[in-house]
Amino acid sequence: MDGIDILIIVVKVVAAFALWLVSTALFIWGERRLIAQMQVRKGPNRLGPFGILQTLADGAKLFFKEDITPQYVDRWVYVAAPIVSATVALVTYAVIPFGGTFEIGDRTITLQVWDPNIGILWLLAAGSIGVYGIVLAGWSSGSKYPLLGGIRSTAQMLSYELAMSLGVASVVLFTGSLQVSRIVEGQSGTVLGFLPAWNLFLQLPAFVLFGLAATAETQRPPFDLPEAEGELVGGFGTEYSAAKFAMFYLAEFMNTITMSAAIVTLFVGGPSGPLFGPEWLQAILPTIYFALKTFVFMFVFVWFRGTLPRFRYDRLMDLGWKVLLPIGLFWVMATGAIVVLQQTVDRAVVVRWALIAFAVFAVLFVVTTLFGSREAPAAGGGGRGGGGGRAPLPGPSPRALEAKRAAEERTPQRTAV
Amino acid sequence: MFNALRKGFGLTFKTMFRPDVTAEYPEKPKPVAPRFHGRHQLNRHPDGLEKCVGCELCAWACPADAIFVRGEDNTPEARYSPGERYGADYQINYLRCILCGLCIEACPTRALTMTHEYEFSADSREAMIYTKEQLLAPLPPGAKPTPHTDAEVAARGLSYYQGEWGQKPLVHLIGDVERGDAGPHPQETSDPATAPTGSAATPASGEGER
Repeated sequence: MDGIDILIIVVKVVAAFALWLVSTALFIWGERRLIAQMQVRKGPNRLGPFGILQTLADGAKLFFKEDITPQYVDRWVYVAAPIVSATVALVTYAVIPFGGTFEIGDRTITLQVWDPNIGILWLLAAGSIGVYGIVLAGWSSGSKYPLLGGIRSTAQMLSYELAMSLGVASVVLFTGSLQVSRIVEGQSGTVLGFLPAWNLFLQLPAFVLFGLAATAETQRPPFDLPEAEGELVGGFGTEYSAAKFAMFYLAEFMNTITMSAAIVTLFVGGPSGPLFGPEWLQAILPTIYFALKTFVFMFVFVWFRGTLPRFRYDRLMDLGWKVLLPIGLFWVMATGAIVVLQQTVDRAVVVRWALIAFAVFAVLFVVTTLFGSREAPAAGGGGRGGGGGRAPLPGPSPRALEAKRAAEERTPQRTAV
Repeated sequence: MFNALRKGFGLTFKTMFRPDVTAEYPEKPKPVAPRFHGRHQLNRHPDGLEKCVGCELCAWACPADAIFVRGEDNTPEARYSPGERYGADYQINYLRCILCGLCIEACPTRALTMTHEYEFSADSREAMIYTKEQLLAPLPPGAKPTPHTDAEVAARGLSYYQGEWGQKPLVHLIGDVERGDAGPHPQETSDPATAPTGSAATPASGEGER
């Protein structure tokens, strides 16, 4: 490890930091404009060309705002919580490769800040520590709405971390390594001749699992009840103002970008793609592919936000524990079976059978969904609408009320004069 | 379920490509209705005389007490309006005005009308009290600024009001007001008794008889 190596590491760190920070600012702007377009209006368009400087202005405003510390907060924890959130958000992307390898002189440089043998665990670990920021914020605020918001957020994030980890586990099982660069390499080549060997196709249930869990983990709509304004004022961030609030805001959007990048790395092949053209173009093409793929998933997150209504909290928890967790467990077992087969049988055969199995699974799923909904149980009071799993409303059921009314009509009550 | 997802996401996706309904004010402000209640204006006749005769009906009509009018007599040397009096001091306090338009309805000469201007905020209370100079309409082309002299007005010989009262020139009107009727035209009779006596001659007796 000589000076040049250290310099290269420092440059990579600074480059990744700058890239992610600028992406966060652009993502906030882009989300506001895209959501506006989905709602037949323009987004911010006054500051700078197409309103691009809006995020900068918002950040500047937040930093210059008055920093209010309420009286009954736990001072040190109150200050530490946003620092934890922001710091974790700023280190999570260290293991994500955002470009290809290229050679300068006699050194090969990969555009990835850190590539340990257990790289993918870093993503999960950082996500878990991020939960600390939120629960500490909610608890230290000394007020009931942040406390409730913080607890709800924490419970939500823990539940969906399980689903996320199971998605990652099946990808890791399939690839055979925890190292992120190996996971990306394992997705090179093609399947069936034309499809790229992305885990998107070979591990579709894991992709769906990880996608939904990542949306819930970063508290993006439709899983954003703990921070919804109408429900809990501001959730865990109610008592925060100015710069500390800006830290939470930044952390949330940066986590979204990191999750998009993680999805791209795990399932869509990261920065891989056809290389062509001169030497310098081949050096930057992988970064361009990575950026394009990440934009697609960031757009999907924005699309979710513009389309879906919010999940009610108990249904959110139901989804995490009763739907995603069983699917995840099942899929991990299935992947294990596939891997064992792979080691004993030729890969092409296994992949073909895996795809057939997915197709059968998908068809069964679609069929049971289409025909399952017709047999909605009428329990819990007729006429209250289908859709199983809904908690019964308090008070007597409509049938009981009607019976009571009919009984009262038959025996007229004497009215007091 | 997949059908519902497809339709829902498809709708938001399609909506992205529809034109927006956002109004791009202030670069492209939306046009207002023809009878929009904007800032007031004191109109003039085509020859430059002000229409406001200082009758104070607008001040009495205003529900918010936003108008202050003080009238003064027109003299032969300084005539501002075609009537006996003119609005010498005319102020509208836009901090009180509710832009209801009752003053417009009250004005008998259509001196007071509302323009389409609504962008007149200021940052001090004094600046929001508009005086006569600020409210007066600009001079029509070719007109002389008020005050005019009686001689000039007579020379023009225009009629300023519609109907029976407007068919005879102005000078005749001022002379015969104490009789309560239009009277014969001064040029139709050479009887010195019915000749016009001039506007400044009988203000006191005129008020008593009225």
